[in-house]
Amino acid sequence: MNVLVCVKRVPGTGSTILLTDDGMDVDTRHLGFTIGPHEECAVEEAIRIAADHGGQVTVLTVGPAEAAEQLRDALSMGADHAVLVDTGPGELDPEATADALVQAVRQLQDEAGARFDLVLFGNESADAGHYQVGVRVACELGLPMVGGVKGVELDTDAGTVRWRRPVAAGVEVYESSLPAAAGVAEGLNLPRYPSMRGRLRAMKAVITTLHVDVAPSGLRKTGLRRPAEERPATVVLGSGADSAGAVVDVLEELGVA
Amino acid sequence: MSSLPQRADVVVIGAGIVGNSIVHHLADRGWRNIVLLDKGPLPDPGGSTGHASNFIFPVDHSKEITALTLDSMRQYEKFGTLTTCGGIEIARTEDRVQELRRRMSSATSWGIPSELISPQQVGELMPFLDTRLVRAGFWTPSAAVVDPLQTGVLMRQHAHELGALTVSASTEVLGIDTTPGRPRPVVARVRTDRGDIETDHVVVACGVWSPRIARMAGARIPLTPAVHQMIDVGPIPELAATGQEIAYPIVRDMDPLMYERQSGADLEIGSYAHRPILHDPDDIPSIEASALSPTQLPFTQEDFDPQMATALELFAPILDREDVGVRHAINGLLSITPDAGPLLGETPEVQGLWSAAAVWIKEGPGVGRMIAEWMTHGSSEIDLHGADITRFYPHQRTRSHVLARANEGFNKTYGIVHPREQWASSRPQRRSPFYEREQELGAQFFEAGGWERPQWYESNRPLLEEMAENAPAPEMLTDRPYEWDRRWWSPITNAEHLAMRQRVAMIDLSAFAQFEVVGPGALDYLETMAVARIDRPTGRMIYTPVLAPNGGFRSDLTIVRLGDDEFRIITGGADGARDLAWFTAHLPGDASVTLTDITSATCTVGLWGPRARDVLAAVTEEDVSNDAFAFGTVRPITVDTIPVLAARISYVGDLGWELHAPAELGRRLWDVIEEAGRPHGIVPAGIGVYGTTGRLEKGYRLMGAELEVEYDPVEAGLALPKVKDHDFIGREAYVRARGHEPAATLCTLTVDDHRDATGVRRYPQGGEPVLTTSGERIVDRKGRGSYVTSAGAGPSVGAYLLMAYLPPEHAVEGTALTVGYMGERLPVTVARAGRTPLFDPDDTRMKG
Amino acid sequence: MSVFTIIEHDDGVVPAACLQALTIAGELAAGDTVEAVVFGPDPGLGSVLAANGVTTLHVVDHELVTDYSPEIYGESLAQLLKQAGPAGVVAAGTDRGNEIMAQAAARSRLPLATNCVAVTADPGAWTLTRARVGGLLLEDAELTASTKLVTVVPGPGDDVSASPGASGLLTQTFVPDLAADFVHSRLVERTERGSGVTLATARVVVSGGRGVGSSEGFAPLEELADLLGGAVGCSRVATSNGWRPHSDQVGQTGTKVSPELYIACGISGATQHWVGCMGAKTILAINTDPEAPMVTRATYAVTGDVHEVVPAVVAEIRRRADIRAGRRPALA
Repeated sequence: MNVLVCVKRVPGTGSTILLTDDGMDVDTRHLGFTIGPHEECAVEEAIRIAADHGGQVTVLTVGPAEAAEQLRDALSMGADHAVLVDTGPGELDPEATADALVQAVRQLQDEAGARFDLVLFGNESADAGHYQVGVRVACELGLPMVGGVKGVELDTDAGTVRWRRPVAAGVEVYESSLPAAAGVAEGLNLPRYPSMRGRLRAMKAVITTLHVDVAPSGLRKTGLRRPAEERPATVVLGSGADSAGAVVDVLEELGVA
Repeated sequence: MSSLPQRADVVVIGAGIVGNSIVHHLADRGWRNIVLLDKGPLPDPGGSTGHASNFIFPVDHSKEITALTLDSMRQYEKFGTLTTCGGIEIARTEDRVQELRRRMSSATSWGIPSELISPQQVGELMPFLDTRLVRAGFWTPSAAVVDPLQTGVLMRQHAHELGALTVSASTEVLGIDTTPGRPRPVVARVRTDRGDIETDHVVVACGVWSPRIARMAGARIPLTPAVHQMIDVGPIPELAATGQEIAYPIVRDMDPLMYERQSGADLEIGSYAHRPILHDPDDIPSIEASALSPTQLPFTQEDFDPQMATALELFAPILDREDVGVRHAINGLLSITPDAGPLLGETPEVQGLWSAAAVWIKEGPGVGRMIAEWMTHGSSEIDLHGADITRFYPHQRTRSHVLARANEGFNKTYGIVHPREQWASSRPQRRSPFYEREQELGAQFFEAGGWERPQWYESNRPLLEEMAENAPAPEMLTDRPYEWDRRWWSPITNAEHLAMRQRVAMIDLSAFAQFEVVGPGALDYLETMAVARIDRPTGRMIYTPVLAPNGGFRSDLTIVRLGDDEFRIITGGADGARDLAWFTAHLPGDASVTLTDITSATCTVGLWGPRARDVLAAVTEEDVSNDAFAFGTVRPITVDTIPVLAARISYVGDLGWELHAPAELGRRLWDVIEEAGRPHGIVPAGIGVYGTTGRLEKGYRLMGAELEVEYDPVEAGLALPKVKDHDFIGREAYVRARGHEPAATLCTLTVDDHRDATGVRRYPQGGEPVLTTSGERIVDRKGRGSYVTSAGAGPSVGAYLLMAYLPPEHAVEGTALTVGYMGERLPVTVARAGRTPLFDPDDTRMKG
Repeated sequence: MSVFTIIEHDDGVVPAACLQALTIAGELAAGDTVEAVVFGPDPGLGSVLAANGVTTLHVVDHELVTDYSPEIYGESLAQLLKQAGPAGVVAAGTDRGNEIMAQAAARSRLPLATNCVAVTADPGAWTLTRARVGGLLLEDAELTASTKLVTVVPGPGDDVSASPGASGLLTQTFVPDLAADFVHSRLVERTERGSGVTLATARVVVSGGRGVGSSEGFAPLEELADLLGGAVGCSRVATSNGWRPHSDQVGQTGTKVSPELYIACGISGATQHWVGCMGAKTILAINTDPEAPMVTRATYAVTGDVHEVVPAVVAEIRRRADIRAGRRPALA
C-alpha cells in the first residue's frame, strides 16, 4: 500500500494576523512555518497505513525551496520519501498548484516507476483555504476523491477503501475502489511527535527535487486585508465566584437560563 | 483594569522576575507609591522569565555572580518556589576535567558544597545517561529548579500587602521624558498608552526590550537579544513514573555546551552550541504577532540538529525510542552583553534612570534586592563592580560593539574561559599615540576599557637570557610547564620587570582616565568624594580611597592639585568609566564645579627604574633632582619641545615619573624618551609589570581585585592615620570600621612549593581558596571566605606572590597555609600582613 | 448571460446558505436570468425558487444521481455548464457546495473562488473578496473565465421549506452522460445523528481550554451546559492533551459554531480558536488573565479561575430555579 501525501508549507498563527507592507502576503517573520493540521493528520494516517499494510509513504509539496523544512518534518514522523517541487516564493493559485502536483506525480510515476494506491490531501490548506487543490489533482489522475474524511478503513483484499466523514446530519461513509484520493480533516488521528532518531534520519534524508512549468489561472489575488474589527468594550461582570449572580443575570437576560 | 496614578515615587518597567523582585524589595525598604508596568499580561507577560529553563547551578567563577545567585536561592526558598534536585556538570574531555577541578576551587572559595565524582557515581545519580561518555562529574547537591512566575506573583503580593504597589499590565510605555539637568538630564515622566506618570525614578527591567525602552530617555543599555534553543522530548515513562516536576539531577553536558533536565514526563534539552542568532530589540514581535510569545520564536531545526545527535547519544537509554517525541521546541530569547555580565545601576546618561537588565533567572531575586538597596542607600551589600552598567565606555555601548562581542561570546556561555582570555572581535578600538611603535616592538596587546595596552613586548625576548644571570629565581624566566598556567602569559614580563629594577623601563599608561575638576566648589566637592585630605598645597599628588556610603571601596585613585580651584583626577583605565559616572553623579547641582573628561586629550608614559632620573634629566632643562622634585609632587615641565605634567609617583616601587602629555605630542614624547634612554639600557615594559609583578612586590592593591565594596579601608590596610574633619561619602562607616579590629586583613603570601602531585610546577591565577594546612576553609567573622585576590610573580623577591584577606588568627607573618588549585593544594606562607611591601619595604628606591 | 446557482436540499428544505447564494446570483445576473440546479428529482422547490427570482430550474436526472457522490454531481454539473454556458455559477460555501464546485471546476478546467463574502460583476471579470482563515483575513481577487465559479460564505439565516403549488418556473431536465463504470465514490452508509443537542447547532456552547487543566476539569462545564440546554466544546489544547475528543473542538480545524451564547472557560483565544467561535452572538469569557485575547474580544468577562467561577454559576442557577419552583434554597 503505497501512499502519497501532499502537504503545504503554511505560516504558524499568532493571535493576530499581520500583513506585509504591500498587503499581498501574511507577515511571517515571527511565526515560523508548519504543515497544516489537516495535512499533519494525513501524514500520520499514511504512516500508520504503511505500517499496517506494508508499503512506502511519499510526501510531496509544491512551494518555495524552504518547504523542504516541512518535508523533513514529515520524514521525521516516519515518511519514507520526500519530493519538492520548487516553484519559488510567492503564492500559486489553486489551479497552478494542482497542475504542479499533477506534473510531479506523473514524473514520479512515469520516470521513477512509482505507483500510489492512496493519495491523501488536507481537506483545505490552513492559509489560503481554496478547498479544491486535492479534487483537481484527483480528477486529473482519474482518482475518486472524498473530502472531510475523519476515518479510513482499507480492504486490501477487495481493493477498496471506506472513508468516514461527519456531516451536519450525522456521519457518511463512502466507498471507493483503489487507487483513490481523499481530503482528510483534523481529528482523523492524533499525529505523533517526531522522535529524535526520526529527526536525525530526516536531516540526512535526500529530498527529490522536481521541476515543472505552471501558468497562472483565471483567479488572481490582488491583495490581502484584515476585516475592520468592531469590538465593543467588554463588560466585566466581576471576578471569582462572587460574580455568579451577575453571570446568571446575563444568562436570564439572554433567555438561556 | 487598574488606573494609573498621576505621580509615582518610582516606576518599574517590566514584570519579569527582576521587576517583581525590585518592587518587593523597594517596598521592604520603605518605598511607597511604586508603579509596576508591563506591556504584556500577568502573570506571564511574554518576556524571557516565562520560558526560561529555570534551573540554578550556584557555582560560578565570578564571586559577584555567585553571591547574587546564592542570595536569589535563599529568596526562592523563602517563597517556597525552589526545588532542590542537585546538578552535575559532566566532562567528556580531559580539558573539561581540568575545568571541573577549577570549578571545585571556585566552589570552595565561595563556600558551596560540591564534589568531583566518577562516571559511576554520575550514573548512580542520573541512571539514564551513558556513563561511557563521561570522564568525570562536578556534583553540586544544592542545584535547584525554581518557579520564577509564581515567585513574581508572591513578590507583587508582598508589595501590595504593604500598600506600596500599583500594577498595570498590558500597558505599553510610549516614552520616557526627561528635563534638562546639571550635569545630565533627569527623569521626569513615563508616558504610556494608559496615561502619563510623573516620577523621579524609572527602573528599566525589560530584559531583551531594555535597550529600546532606555533609548526613549536617551540612554543606552548595551545588550542584544540572542536565541537560546530548547526542546522538550517525551513522554518518557521512567520520568513520568516519578510523578514530580523534577526528581533527578540536572545535567550540564559541558563540552557540547548543552544541558538536560527532567520536566515532568519530559526531558528538556537546551543548547549554547548553535551559531549565535542575534535579534534587534525593535524587531521582537508583539504579543499579537508571535506564535507562542514574543521571546519564544519559531524553532530553527537545522541549528539544533548536531546538538540533538549529541543529546541522543548521551541519553540514549530514554531518548532513543520511536514513541518519545519532540513535543515542544523554541528559539527562546535571552540577553547577551559585551562581557556577559548583567547591566545594573543608574545609567550614566540620565539621572534617575536605572537599568536592571541582562539578568538570568538564577540572579533575578538577588539583583532585585541589590538594586533596591542601591537606590535606597547608594550602595549594595554585594559588590557589583562587574555588573555596574557604568563600566562601559561610550564606544562599548554601541550596537556594533555589542553585536560583535555577543557573537564572539555566545558560545562561551558553557565554554572554558581563561581568566586572562582576550576578546578577538571589535578590536582595536582605543589606541595610544605609541601604538605603532609598540606594534614595531612586537607588543602583545591586552584590552582594558577598550584600550589596547601592551602586556609584554616580544622585542624583549633576549632579556630572558640576559636577566637570568642575576635573577633571584631564574625559573621565572622560563615558560611555565603547564599550558593552562602559561596561557595568555609570557615570562618576558618577568624579564622586563628585572630590567626595570636594574636599569629603567618605559610603560604606556595612556589608558589612564583623567578628569579635570575646576571651579570655586572643586575643593569642597573633592573633599566630599575622597577619604584623604585634598586641601594640600598646589603640586601635591594625593592617593585616596573613594568609598561607597556603606564604607566599602568604590574606587582608589590619585588626585593632583594643580591650583587653588583646579584639580586632576587620575584613575585606572579599566575603571575610568565607572569613576566618571560616580564623580559626575555627585557633582553639585550649581555651576560651582566643572568636571571634564580629558582622557582622550592626554597620553602617559611611565618612566621608572634606577636610571629614570638620568633619562629624564637628559631631555629636560628642569631640575629633576630629589631636592627639586620630591616624591609625591607634580610639576609642569618641558621634555624636548613637549609640555609635560610630570608626577613623581610609582605603582611599581622604583624611582621615576608619570609623564602626562598632549596626545598629539605623544609619539614624539615616546621617541624622545626612548632615544634618551638608550644609553641607559631602557626597555619598554608591559602592563604585566605595571599591573602584576611590580605592583605585587610592592603590595599595592587593585580596584576590583583586593578593593571592592565588601571590604573597607581598614581591612585593606589603606586607612589613613587620621580622619579628616570634612565630611565625605562613607565617612560614618569608615569611622566605625576604625573603631574595632578588622574582621580580616589583606596579606601577601608566598608559594613555598609549586609542585603538584606529579612534580609539575603549577601557578595559581587568582580566585583560588586559601585553606589551612589541613585543607579547611578559612572564614572570617563576617562569614567571608579567604581566597586569592591577585596572583603573580615577584621576580625581584624570587617568590610567587598571592594576596588574600585573612582573619586575624591567620593574618600573622610566618603562618603556614595552603592554596587549592585545580585539585592540588600548594603550601604557602603569610609573608606580609598589612600593606608593608615585600620589596623595598622602606620605599627607599622610589623616594630616593 | 444567465447565472446559475446550486440548490442543495434536504427533503424539500432549502438551506439558508443556498438562498443567500441565490441572492448573490441575482445581483450578478444584473437583469439576466437566474437559473437553479438541483440533483435528483425536484421535490417541489418551484415556488420557493421563483419567489427568489429563479426563472429556470435544471433538474439533473440520471440513474447514478441518487445518493450524493462528489464525482457524479461534479461531472454532471460540468456537463451541464458545458451545454448551457452560463456566465457563472454561485453555490453555497458549505462542505458539499465547495466539493461539488471543486469537482465541476476540475472537470471543466475552470477557475473557482471559494468562500466569497462579496462578488461584483465587472466587465470581463468578477471582482471578489474571499474569506481566508475563517474570515480573519480577506483576500481581494479577480476571476476571469468563460464561466465563473464561486461559492459564498454562509451567513446566519433561516431555512425555507418547499411548498407545493404552481410557480411558473420553467423546469428542464438534464441527463448527464455517465458511463456505467464512471469512477466515483459511493455512499454506502449514513448514520443520522441522535436528537440531542449538537455542537454545531446548540444555542449555548460551554467551551473549555488550557485553564480547565484536565479531562476531569470538564465536569462542571458539562453540568453548566446541561442546565442551559447547550453543548460542550473545547479548544485545540484540550484536544491535543487528550482531555476531549476532537469532535468537541471548536476552531479553524474543528467545528465552527454560531450559538446565541458562547461561554469560553480558560481559553486564551488564539486565532485558531477564535475563528471557530466568532460567529456567536454573545461571548462570555472566564479567564484568570484579564488581558487574554478571548477576554478583550468577549461581550462579557469574568476574571477568575474556571474551577471557582463555573461551579458558583451552576449553584446560582440552581438556587434561582429552586426559588422559582417554590423550594426552599439550600443554605449556601
